Amino acid sequence: MGQFNHYIIPVIMCAIVIYSAVKGINVFDTFLSGAKEGFSSGISILPALVALMTAVGMFKASGALDVLTYGLKPLASLLHLPSEVIPLALLRPISGSGALAIFQDIITTYGPDTFIGRVASVMQGSTETTFYTIAVYYGATKINKTRHTLPAALTGDLVGFIMSAVTVRMFWNIFCR
Amino acid sequence: MMTWILTGMFLLSLIFGVMNGRIEQVSTAAISECGKAVELVISLLGTMCLWSGLMKVADKAGLTAKLSKLFSPVMKVLFKGMNSCSPAAKAISMNVAANLLGLGNAATPLGIAAMKELEKESPLSTSATDNMIMFVVLNTASLQLIPTTTALLRLKAGSIAPMEILPAVWLTSAAAVISALFMAKLLGRIGGKRHGAV
Repeated sequence: MGQFNHYIIPVIMCAIVIYSAVKGINVFDTFLSGAKEGFSSGISILPALVALMTAVGMFKASGALDVLTYGLKPLASLLHLPSEVIPLALLRPISGSGALAIFQDIITTYGPDTFIGRVASVMQGSTETTFYTIAVYYGATKINKTRHTLPAALTGDLVGFIMSAVTVRMFWNIFCR
Repeated sequence: MMTWILTGMFLLSLIFGVMNGRIEQVSTAAISECGKAVELVISLLGTMCLWSGLMKVADKAGLTAKLSKLFSPVMKVLFKGMNSCSPAAKAISMNVAANLLGLGNAATPLGIAAMKELEKESPLSTSATDNMIMFVVLNTASLQLIPTTTALLRLKAGSIAPMEILPAVWLTSAAAVISALFMAKLLGRIGGKRHGAV
């Protein structure tokens, strides 16, 4: 299973290039013109990333996360979420690397095969870095009114957080007792 | 929306920084984090060029059109008035395929290409269209079938069954994606009426 993942990228690359070459397409020149477009869109997302990463970095450094974690404990118990995973839930939408570090910390502290460890794993595996995606995707365009993008995306995140505890309870109560 | 988030986060950082006596760290972060954004973009430029190039090749050979035909039943439900042969539909299909396979680094440049195509459909607007919102929301949810990074970290932390979370991850992701897309449709319909009135 682990090995399979390493095949995906090289196989897809080969398949695209061979199929196109057989069809008589000038693969190299076409690749270059596409890559040039990729370069300019890469540069075009920089301003949005500077704004977002600076804000997230300052937010993390301010210790706001600890205060919010404490404040959200009653809400978490209402949603049947273990309070140990609150920092992960708070950081997951705003910082990919920050969430990864907290996730690693949770599974080494509480163990990956415990209730807390499993909820953290499901949470980490089933959600994305919402703010980063929004900043990068709209950053590449002239759009400045994102309308209901964020409310809809955050609804998905919230459902994901709640469901991670629900599914872990569901699957491990059925199979392990 | 992004204006308020940026303002809010700066303000919260200042308030909590003062309250927690961590204003020095906040100041350091303000200076150093913007440099990290540049580092991130530079490290992403390689994959951006690679996958945009491969996408162009696949597009010319007619591969993306085939993929977009495959996804068209789902796309018709999610995106209003989307023609499965349009450049936007092709780019969206490539992005979704990359997401499903867990190729995050490839999905981003393909997604940006899709956004640029969607923008061409309403070139004068600075307000996001319903289709753009649908597409971004789809990308803020996790479509990855096998969360390899998470499984790898579980293995490193000594898990005896790092992949046993898969069914729970699938069910959770599905619930999250469906509710996010449903909200996008619902809010789009409500907002659409208001837009129509103005």
